[in-house]
Amino acid sequence: MKLRIDVEKKLGNFQLQLKADVSGDRVGIFGESGSGKSTLVHLVSGMLQPDHGEIILDGECLFSSERGIDLSPEKRRIALVFQQAMLFPHLSVKTNLLYGYKRCRAENRRITPEALIDLLQLHPLMHRGVQYLSGGEKQRVALGRAVLSNPRLLLMDEPLAALDDTLRFQIIPYLRSVGEEFRIPYLFISHSLTEMQLMTERVLVVHKGRVVEETTPELLARSRMAQSQNGYLNFLRLADPQDQNGLFAYRWGNNTLLISDGKSNKETLFELSSREIILFKKHPEAISARNLLDCTVTEMFQSDGRMGIVLATQGETLVAEIVRSAAEELNITTGSTLYAAIKASSFRRLD
Amino acid sequence: MLLTPEDITAIWLSLKVALTATAIALPFGFATAWLIVFKPFRGKVVLEVLINLPLTLPPVVIGYFLLLLLGKNGWLGKLLAASGLSVIFTWKAAVIASAAVGFPLLVRSIRLGMESIDQQLIEASRSLGASWYDSLITIVLPLSLRGILAGSSLMFARSLGEFGATIIVAGNIPGITQTIPLAIYEYASSPSSGTMALSLCLVSVVISVAVLFLHEILGRQLDRSRGL
Repeated sequence: MKLRIDVEKKLGNFQLQLKADVSGDRVGIFGESGSGKSTLVHLVSGMLQPDHGEIILDGECLFSSERGIDLSPEKRRIALVFQQAMLFPHLSVKTNLLYGYKRCRAENRRITPEALIDLLQLHPLMHRGVQYLSGGEKQRVALGRAVLSNPRLLLMDEPLAALDDTLRFQIIPYLRSVGEEFRIPYLFISHSLTEMQLMTERVLVVHKGRVVEETTPELLARSRMAQSQNGYLNFLRLADPQDQNGLFAYRWGNNTLLISDGKSNKETLFELSSREIILFKKHPEAISARNLLDCTVTEMFQSDGRMGIVLATQGETLVAEIVRSAAEELNITTGSTLYAAIKASSFRRLD
Repeated sequence: MLLTPEDITAIWLSLKVALTATAIALPFGFATAWLIVFKPFRGKVVLEVLINLPLTLPPVVIGYFLLLLLGKNGWLGKLLAASGLSVIFTWKAAVIASAAVGFPLLVRSIRLGMESIDQQLIEASRSLGASWYDSLITIVLPLSLRGILAGSSLMFARSLGEFGATIIVAGNIPGITQTIPLAIYEYASSPSSGTMALSLCLVSVVISVAVLFLHEILGRQLDRSRGL
């Protein structure tokens, strides 16, 4: 997907001036509420007209004030997923799902209802009324409905913001699988750094109606490490644990990680804050933390007064956070070898 | 209960006038409500005031304006006369009077229904490939059914009771333009016909109660079909 946008829009006292040229299939739009993210969604989808400028998607002009082009929303083939599922309340789950599919031209129908229903595991919901679905189920149907319209771009506007944490991380695999299986590029709008890290490969940072930065989620997370409440978050996807004295032992690269709050027989996503990792210059002889990893420093970065230490350990990467004086005292440089100690209880299970 | 053949005619005429007025006003009411709720345009306030004017004006005043408009020398009257149509003092005039007076009630109810529709539902349908009229028919219309139902009942009931405007543009001609309220008025004007007036009043009550019941039942069915 290649999106070029250069528009101006005045809304009351708010002056939006968005300019970006982004390519990639998993693009994030990151910004606080009121930064203009939702307006961007409206402009790209055609629900709102810019005062000035142009929007070009994959070489096709969607809007151009100069050339007098304004493609109507239904012709843009950009499907929306909102914060609230916005299922049509007077239609069944099945009719909701097929709403866009029926309106999609036969030659554009790449994704079939059967394949989608399988992927999103919607079978048990098909004959229920939409008002009997839970929040997570509704969002799954809404996602399915958008995908079945066979759009060339999915526009997801804070699709996880209305869900609680547990549900959020249950939906994320579905969102990802849709992009991967059906190869639909998406724009993912959110104010959550975690969601950016898990869902996107490129990020546009929007602030006060302007695109202020184009970066990767990794660099974004690193640059916000010091400000963020939980520091930098490492995400680990681990599977098939063994029981070891009541702890879950997971293979991670060539390391074994001991985790208190695991889950058997299933791939599980864990979060580990950069602040939960303690670094040692020499091997500590006796330590209560259950994980001690042999690491090499591959990179160091600064975020305000903090130092981020990127560690390579047995084929995996981890980011630890220390204050600058600690980095100086331990004389850490790129290439240093260190021991990282992590308590078994420091890993937070997400799904 | 005593009902003369003229009374029966008046009852049928009332029902016919109210039903026709409601049926004719419905598409216009829907379109007007849609315009007000969903379309930004200049002069919306003027349109709203104009539509709601019959609600605050005495019906007699509306009747008089209609008479000026549709009468032999009115500009619409002339136009109609040229095509061989005469409306004044026929049951059609009663329909027009009822429609004018009941229209704001209809628009108000439909509008309330439409305002409760989340804008994002419409945006969702558009992004899924529905054109504006497709979205209007498949999303807006079904979701404003309750408002349409309420507005229609209200307008129908209001039309049944229409008096002031009707008596001016349609007159009070038994068998031709005399509806229930006009017949009651005539009975009430002569001291000997008290019971006759009362009979028609009872008929009015029965019809009104029936309309309200029908409204409730249809509303419940609508809710049930949506599993609410």
